[in-house]
Amino acid sequence: MTSPVSISPQNLGVSGKTLLEVRAVAKRFGAREVLRSLSLDIALGEFLTLLGESGSGKTTLLRLIAGFEQPSSGEIWMSGERLDTLPAYKRRVNTVFQHYALFPHLSVRENVAYGLRVKNTPKHEIGDRVDESLRMVKMNEFADAWPAKLSGGQQQRVALARALINRPQLLLLDEPLSALDANLRKQMQSELKALQREIGITFLFVTHDQEEAMALSDRIALLRNGALEQIAAPREIYAHPATAYTAQFIGQTNLLRGDVRGGVATCGTLCWQTSAADGPALYSLRPEAIRLASDAASSANTVRFRGAIRQQIYGGPSEILEIDCAGTPMLRARIPARGQLSGEHDFAFSPADAIRVKE
Amino acid sequence: MYSRAYKTIVAAPPLLWVGLFLLLPYALMFAHSFWMVRDGFLVHQWNLQNYHKLVSNPLYAEVLFRTMRIAASVTLCSVLLGYPLAYFVSFHTGARKELLYQLVIVPLWVSYLVRGYAWKTILGSEGVLNGFLQYLHLTREPVSFFLYSPFAVVLMLTHIYTPFVFLPIYAALEHIPRPLVEASQDLGANQRATFVKVILPLSMPGLVAGATFAFVLSLGDFLAPLLVGGPSGTMIANIVQTLFGAAYEWPLGAAVSVCILLITVSLLSLTERLEKRWSFK
Repeated sequence: MTSPVSISPQNLGVSGKTLLEVRAVAKRFGAREVLRSLSLDIALGEFLTLLGESGSGKTTLLRLIAGFEQPSSGEIWMSGERLDTLPAYKRRVNTVFQHYALFPHLSVRENVAYGLRVKNTPKHEIGDRVDESLRMVKMNEFADAWPAKLSGGQQQRVALARALINRPQLLLLDEPLSALDANLRKQMQSELKALQREIGITFLFVTHDQEEAMALSDRIALLRNGALEQIAAPREIYAHPATAYTAQFIGQTNLLRGDVRGGVATCGTLCWQTSAADGPALYSLRPEAIRLASDAASSANTVRFRGAIRQQIYGGPSEILEIDCAGTPMLRARIPARGQLSGEHDFAFSPADAIRVKE
Repeated sequence: MYSRAYKTIVAAPPLLWVGLFLLLPYALMFAHSFWMVRDGFLVHQWNLQNYHKLVSNPLYAEVLFRTMRIAASVTLCSVLLGYPLAYFVSFHTGARKELLYQLVIVPLWVSYLVRGYAWKTILGSEGVLNGFLQYLHLTREPVSFFLYSPFAVVLMLTHIYTPFVFLPIYAALEHIPRPLVEASQDLGANQRATFVKVILPLSMPGLVAGATFAFVLSLGDFLAPLLVGGPSGTMIANIVQTLFGAAYEWPLGAAVSVCILLITVSLLSLTERLEKRWSFK
């Protein structure tokens, strides 16, 4: 686990340069405030994911960057140029739409060629680049097919080729995998990640699926009610959620409400040493941080407690235990699968895994 | 599975309707066109003289071509009016879309005849238009060619059939998924290019359907020429009416009708093929 440092584009290892800056952008639709003064930087070559529930404003932010909506206030800059004042067709940004939006009256080849055609690219160059793009997404066999004859996954690839052929500085992806079934989705995730590495184009990816966000992203920007809740690398945001909302949205967690007094944190019957200041405190404890005491490596400051197993949910390599330990809400633990358990057991966790979060 | 009796009962009324009011009249019309009138009586004697008359008398061809010219002008004018209107209502009206749509439809509730007389009032020598022009001192004498001319027929039919052209085009435009328009802009096409490359091709089935309405309905119209056409605005349907009425020449009238029917049917089969060719679902 990395130490908790603030993750900025500069120490991501992708590139030091900022490609896109969102500066205090707000968007209102009538009385509804969809984005509230949101600021965000995207580094060149980065895979950034906008994660959030529906209505969090993630798609609206994407549409503002694409140029399909105008911000109510604030500015968007790309490569040192004001972006939000340009019409959509002049932006060096391309989009992969949620339902692909392939032109039904054009063949796969014509769909992919569209962007180059409208820019009056020479014919021979169009042909070469279309072939190259279709090869890149392994769709060259389908060049003369009609979009309606393709499966969802194939349409997805064509949409990707159609966007990438324009060599955008930034590719926007609006829940592109949400319409695919689970297996295909996993496969496309890994292909998408590999593709992004290979071509080095900056990706801004929108999803409501936190697992997908963690699997793909260099950084995750978690949006909540039109504001940025937290932005960090997946490992960082999972290990050190800043707020209770983040901790619950990304992965599962146990929220422990308690008090810190004189260097001791107390949450119900659980207590441990801490260096934090006195006052009420909220802790996030991931289910996998809780172990059966018999399995845990014993050390001086391990927190031990006894609890009754109320429910055991089998999940293949691991299983979830719901533990009733008097004085705290039900705790969930994820332990390596080890057969049927029942009755009272001793459990343990390390205080370092209890992360103090804001409400 | 439905029983045979049930199927018969359900199918009988429409079949009866089609037989009685479509097939039988067509058969009668077709038969009449090969019969003749002798000494004021209809004689059931098979012959081709009606068709011979149609070909040999240039009057019929002249009126037929004039009718097609008028129908084509009406089609062109109502498409030029109806398409931009449909495009505007569908893409650029926001919350007022429903209202504007209703406003286009409302004239259809007013009787065709009333609207015809309205045009007569507007275009006549004592009419609104001439009065207005004289009031502005743009003309001294009433302009007589407004009324009783092919121009007046085209004007009136365009007014009447534009909503019929608007409707299928509007429906086609409404069915274009909006992300397609955004995708086009996203790929670098401005509004004009997006219209030419995406919106127009995808609305072609509606355009063809609307144009077909305007052309076919104008082709068979006889009220507009009667009300505002005058002698120079006579159309083929007026000839048919005269032949079946005052002239008592049913066989010749039937022959003219068969010609119009053939033109209409071949046109419909052509446009149906075009619509299929241009629809992508």
